[in-house]
Amino acid sequence: MSEREDGAPEIDVNYVAGLARLHLTQEETGQFQKQLGDILAFVDTLSSLEVEGVDPTAHPAPVLDVLREDEASEGLSREQFLRNAPDRAMDQIRVPKVVDS
Amino acid sequence: MNLASHSIVSLRRMLLAGETTPREIVESVATAISGRNEEIGGYLSSDFEKALVDAEASDLSLPLGGIPIALKDNINAQDHPCSCASRFLEGSYLSPYDATVSNRLKQAGAVLYGRTNLDEFAMGSSTENSALQQTRNPHDHSRIPGGSSGGSAAVVAADMAVAALGSDTGGSIRQPASHCGVVGLKPSYGRVSRYGLVAFASSLDQIGPLTRTVEDAALLLQSIAGGDEKDSTCLDTEVPDYTKGLEQGIAGMKVGVPREFFDNEGLDPGVRSRVEEALAKLEAEGAELVEVSLPSTAFAVATYYILAPAEASSNLSRYDGVRYGNRIDGGDGVIAMYRNSRAQGFGPEVKRRIILGTYVLSSGYSGKYYLRAQKARTLIQQEYQSAFEEVDVLMGPVTPSPARKIGECADAPLQDYLADIYTISANLAGICGLSVPCGSVEREGHHLPVGLQILGPHLAEARVLRAGRAWEAIRDAE
Repeated sequence: MSEREDGAPEIDVNYVAGLARLHLTQEETGQFQKQLGDILAFVDTLSSLEVEGVDPTAHPAPVLDVLREDEASEGLSREQFLRNAPDRAMDQIRVPKVVDS
Repeated sequence: MNLASHSIVSLRRMLLAGETTPREIVESVATAISGRNEEIGGYLSSDFEKALVDAEASDLSLPLGGIPIALKDNINAQDHPCSCASRFLEGSYLSPYDATVSNRLKQAGAVLYGRTNLDEFAMGSSTENSALQQTRNPHDHSRIPGGSSGGSAAVVAADMAVAALGSDTGGSIRQPASHCGVVGLKPSYGRVSRYGLVAFASSLDQIGPLTRTVEDAALLLQSIAGGDEKDSTCLDTEVPDYTKGLEQGIAGMKVGVPREFFDNEGLDPGVRSRVEEALAKLEAEGAELVEVSLPSTAFAVATYYILAPAEASSNLSRYDGVRYGNRIDGGDGVIAMYRNSRAQGFGPEVKRRIILGTYVLSSGYSGKYYLRAQKARTLIQQEYQSAFEEVDVLMGPVTPSPARKIGECADAPLQDYLADIYTISANLAGICGLSVPCGSVEREGHHLPVGLQILGPHLAEARVLRAGRAWEAIRDAE
């Protein structure tokens, strides 16, 4: 990937937005390209931090293997669940075509 | 008389003495909302009829019996909206269930009344990123209330709510509390269940109270803290009595003052003075001030703006227009529908963070950014642990400057990120933090509040609240 003048990596905003299933307008692409470039150049200050031999932290207070009793309980009713669906048919959620025939 | 300007403690006393009723309190809040919400913009919605029904049914024998509480609009409460101040959810989503905190407030007798504004999906520190409305600082309407829990802070500060809940991922309770002159507590990671809080960055998010007094914050924390089988990250550790030791004072407490919080050329001289004056008064009351060093403070903002967007990009993948929210059909299959729904549903800051997060997690970059940030996080956490071996609490400013003008950082998101420097590391380290008002600085004839931040070790909320109450008592005695 190409680099900007200040040495930070150039992010291809449109490509990454595509990965995130985000459609951007041309105006947004230009604006984000600049803003995200600046932000990446800033977070790149971390590269000067010595982290050799340091373990990564994923959670500040890790609790592992939390289990609860395997008991059946009442969940949301079908109506409660479907109430927010944008499109429904026959008590199911309807979506646009997924597979090309 | 505006009952919404009282503390929880004061209203509870009045309720138990028969001097007021839950109905009167809810009516008073409603009057304040209709009188002031148009100018302040703190509430996104409020259902008076529903609140009235709940108020009439409330049980005064419970700890929060008859007290209305406002919720940030990213906390689910059954049959209430939960828009996250996003076009994606606005107008179409009603919560099918209660968040654990909503359920616990109800169990404690509280009346859930009013949904407060926020930066969209809690991403921001000004509430300007709300897609739905601007919230204004009650102390100067041309300024931000802070954020992302800006609505919750503003409605308490403007006497339109008795108390509120917010969420804090990088300072989103403490910073608006500081800017609006109210008390804000970010509990330790794992202290309060996040079940039903709309997830932003799951390793950082915590729910906490915004209140008029430290004692009110203790009361609310008491009701919402504790293990929850619906949130596996929530600790099943004993919940102490948070109001019990509140009046024990500051004498004998070792207060660490992080050098890096003050050696910052961006620190406003007025803010510095207010905080240093507070520290001097606490010292006069018997606190032992100890200078400490947290050298990784300089890296905290960069660490956060890798980890938080990374987690957000993953958490927000659920907004696809399938099960809930506003669907925009592109007419060309399900992928086009995802792309269009997300394009039209999300505002610019949310899009920026999703793209940034996707980038730092992407193949070839995750080692350089994400893994490195997780290691930096370890260093930050270790520094706090060592500091707390020497001192009981840490104190310093909440923000480098008072509330800025609305629109000042519109095209420069990075500039706003840098102002998070004092609050962000508490989330990275998982510790607890409190903001308590400590005077004001004057700008253009307005008195803008300044907050004193008190940080404590993991699960040391009782200690932080005690120190906060000690400061509050000194301040109020003046």
